[in-house]
Amino acid sequence: MSEGDAGGRLVRPFTLTGGRTRPSRADFALITTVTAVDPPPARAPRPQPEHLRILKLCAEPMAVAELAARLDLPVSVVVILLCDLLEAGRITARAPHPVTRSAPDLDLLQKVREGLGRL
Amino acid sequence: MAGSEHAAPAAPDAVKILIAGGFGVGKTTMVGSVSEIAPLRTEEPLTVAGLGVDDLAGIEEKRSTTVALDFGRITIGRDLVLYLFGTPGQQRFWFMWNDLAVGALGAVVLLDVRRPESSFAAIDFFERRNIPFVVGVNGFHGRHPYPPEEIRQALALPERVAVVLCDARERASARDVLIALVDRLIADADGRADEGGRIR
Ligand SMILES: Nc1nc2c(ncn2[C@@H]2O[C@H](COP(=O)(O)OP(=O)(O)O)[C@@H](O)[C@H]2O)c(=O)[nH]1
Ligand SMILES: [Mg+2]
Repeated sequence: MSEGDAGGRLVRPFTLTGGRTRPSRADFALITTVTAVDPPPARAPRPQPEHLRILKLCAEPMAVAELAARLDLPVSVVVILLCDLLEAGRITARAPHPVTRSAPDLDLLQKVREGLGRL
Repeated sequence: MAGSEHAAPAAPDAVKILIAGGFGVGKTTMVGSVSEIAPLRTEEPLTVAGLGVDDLAGIEEKRSTTVALDFGRITIGRDLVLYLFGTPGQQRFWFMWNDLAVGALGAVVLLDVRRPESSFAAIDFFERRNIPFVVGVNGFHGRHPYPPEEIRQALALPERVAVVLCDARERASARDVLIALVDRLIADADGRADEGGRIR
């Protein structure tokens, strides 16, 4: 019993989520925008090297696809790393603008149109 | 952001447009000519792209296949970014388009005027899924032997699908194709408002 307890303490703290929902891959689309939380939360675990590379890149907001390209890693791998970071409170993730064909966002479309016109 | 103790730069809102079409029609070229960054490439190994075993039938010969996606970025404003994705051209990568198409505003189907048939599959894809698209006719070497109307008829495209002659290498030309798409989206949105939200 006591041996089991000792083993339990080796588990990294942020994997012990106590019923909180773990972030899932579904939280990250190709154009989900990821931003490092700065300063990092007080009791954040020391990030792994790959996590650190991500945190550096997204000091300014960066899309998941761009992170993957700059890290030269498959998107699916980057998303797993991002789940870790989100869970540890080290990044925030902004979902893409929702697109519904039945209720298009005219304001948004006009903004895009004007932006392209300025190119 | 209420209650956030950490001052992070505000993430912009993000939208995307797909650039589709057959292999070698100029997709990467078009992404590059309008993007503010050099087109980036990301690789996704097939096995982790959410494939069932059946889907792999026919491509067993390429064991370590990866799917390459090109993408570019256009900052529309401080709070809005448009991403462009060049879709994988080979037919065996169609399954990727489903994922890519989710949440896209619409698509540009690029066509090499010398071999239009290489983009038929892309046209079918967006037609079947009711995803708004325009056709950009890339005139290689700047040659445009057919007027847009003739191309529309040959492709049996309805009036609402714009056919735009372009040169994928030219920024202004590539931009105009994107604008044609957004104009169509705006017209659709206006039409919907007029019809009281009825779809069709
Ligand atoms: N002459 C000419 N060459 C083009 C044009 N568009 C693309 N290309 C070339 O055609 C080749 C294929 O283009 P690419 O953008 O890679 O096609 P993709 O497979 O659709 O991404 C490249 O060597 C391009 O430089 C064009 O408008 N005119
Ligand atoms: Mg290409």
